Amino acid sequence: MNFSIDNRQAFAYTAAHAFDAGKPTLAFLHGAGLDHSTFGLQSRYFGYHGYNVLALDFPGHGRSEGPPVSTIAAMADWALKAVKGRLSIVGHSMGALVALQCANRAPDRVERVACIGVAYPMKVSEAFLDAARRNDHAAYDMETIWGHAAQAPLSGNPHPGMWMYGDMLARLRRLARGVLYNDLKACNDYRSDFENVKCPVLLVLGKRDVMTPPRSAQPLQEKLKNCTTAYVELSGHSLMAEAPDATLDALVRFFSGT
Amino acid sequence: MAGPKYPGFDTLALHAGQSPDPVTGSRAVPVYQTTSYVFRDSEHAASLFNMERAGHVYSRISNPTVAVLEERVAALEGGVGAIATASGQAALHLAVATLLSAGEHIVASNSLYGGSHNLLGYTLKRFGIETTFVSPRDPENFRKAMRPSTRLLFGETLGNPGLDVLDIPSIAGIAHEAGVPLLVDATFTTPYLMQHFELGADLLFHSATKFLGGHGVAIAGVLVDSGRFDWEASGKFATLTAPYEGFHGMDFEEESGTRAFLLRARREGLRDFGACMAPMTAFHILQGIETLHLRMPRHVENTRKVVQFLSSHPSVQAVTYPELPQHPDHALAKKLLPHGCGAVFPFELKGGRAAGRKFIESLRVFSHLANVGDAKSLVIHPATTTHYRMTDADLAKSGITAGTVRLSIGLEDSADLIEDLDRALKAAARA
Repeated sequence: MNFSIDNRQAFAYTAAHAFDAGKPTLAFLHGAGLDHSTFGLQSRYFGYHGYNVLALDFPGHGRSEGPPVSTIAAMADWALKAVKGRLSIVGHSMGALVALQCANRAPDRVERVACIGVAYPMKVSEAFLDAARRNDHAAYDMETIWGHAAQAPLSGNPHPGMWMYGDMLARLRRLARGVLYNDLKACNDYRSDFENVKCPVLLVLGKRDVMTPPRSAQPLQEKLKNCTTAYVELSGHSLMAEAPDATLDALVRFFSGT
Repeated sequence: MAGPKYPGFDTLALHAGQSPDPVTGSRAVPVYQTTSYVFRDSEHAASLFNMERAGHVYSRISNPTVAVLEERVAALEGGVGAIATASGQAALHLAVATLLSAGEHIVASNSLYGGSHNLLGYTLKRFGIETTFVSPRDPENFRKAMRPSTRLLFGETLGNPGLDVLDIPSIAGIAHEAGVPLLVDATFTTPYLMQHFELGADLLFHSATKFLGGHGVAIAGVLVDSGRFDWEASGKFATLTAPYEGFHGMDFEEESGTRAFLLRARREGLRDFGACMAPMTAFHILQGIETLHLRMPRHVENTRKVVQFLSSHPSVQAVTYPELPQHPDHALAKKLLPHGCGAVFPFELKGGRAAGRKFIESLRVFSHLANVGDAKSLVIHPATTTHYRMTDADLAKSGITAGTVRLSIGLEDSADLIEDLDRALKAAARA
């Protein structure tokens, strides 16, 4: 679905369903340099199971017009403009920080938040930032390799016939110059006390995540008042691709309240 | 700080796409000789059919053994994924049928395998898809032949029969300027000799029957997508960017972005045309790929020795191999194929059809048959076999003569190969 925010074209995947005011709304917010299709299976599932789904492309990503938004706070403001009324949010990595910021900024609107592959603070190594700043392909390599569990390239993909590394590289190569740096810097710079976050929060963490290792989510577990954690075995940072069923099952349990 | 490192080609050839079997611990890829897969419950079944969960439903669409092969070839080529097919021809058809509809047009190299020429020149024409064939030697020929309805450029990385080296960077540039992708038949080069996507190709396929398998026991194909072509930005591919009634209104690009082409090729192409790969075939091809990085250097090494021998033999009129300075694409080959120009090449025998027949019948190590890319050395003399009804004038139109012999150099002791050829050449000279 194409729509306009601040006179710029934006896009949200809706799982081919028209908005239904009688259904709850679930927004999906992608990670650095990526787009709505990283949630392909999970967003489709909820779209066919009673939710209005809006899997957004942040400005400068996927089908949304640039330039990118430069801070997590501004991204949250943009997302809250894109989705009307009350909503729950699934965010991955950078998108998870945006989801938490949305809940902090608009606690009266955000009902539940699921954070996949998240850390706080989300520190980005200087080497990674520097490569992205220079638009060096090495930054794409770092995101691809660190973005998956170490065994990912030497094991099978749950999606038959697909090559995880190739898929991520192909997405990153479509980015305009500077977008990945914009996103990584936004993650690195973001700080919050999350004081207003009152809604239930689920953290979905890959036990083999080297980009946001489970231990780096501990500050969130301590700060958030209503937080539970689901750990996913054998997955790295790209949980939706590496462990699609386990990730979906955790989300289904959380949003159904079971 | 050193950056992270990708696994090397040799490691991927042995491991990509497979974990040891979680149930049995099997290290080798198990052959999942099954048509179908048990659903956990009705909800699971519905989720699989509606693409809300990943997994296998029916082996025409996907199979665990075949999926290992697909992922492994995609990893070696640097693509987003792959689809294994019943043959190389099935892979070419799947690519075309996924992208083009009646009324649309292809510009293809005229240096093609005969089967590909038949499909494009005759069979697809019956279904409203037209092809213009051009000499690949000048990339501008592709541009000149393009029409508003052109949707695909196509060529072989090493053309048939003259081993024209496809100038992938230049032709891809022409394709991309026009908003269409470049598809290449990479059978003769394999990912070991050429990184096709790095050079600019968008899609590729292999007849995996040839070097990928290498053993001559299985007919197979594989189609790989780089994921780099932006179908939405092009605006010319409604099959990928508009809702498709044949799959519940799905817009494949919107649904899956970089995976759109493979999603439609699998969900429509394998579903409807059905040219899937059998699991046992995938197992056979995987055995070959595990040694691809060892076999290809030996293929090339033996080929260079045979080319050198034939080039100075008095019974040989000419040898066609891009590493020879007189080959028209010699400079391009040095640039695009630094690890070698493959192991299939033609040469011209003095003495015409009679000499050709005698030469073939005098060989002892080379096998006379219609295939290439086997571990065993192969030979064919078109004028007395595949093209035997043609006059010399008609042969010339196909770029061959009555004395053309095609060799596929295998992995035997090169001294034995040269001795075999020498004996047969002497016999041919007496014919």
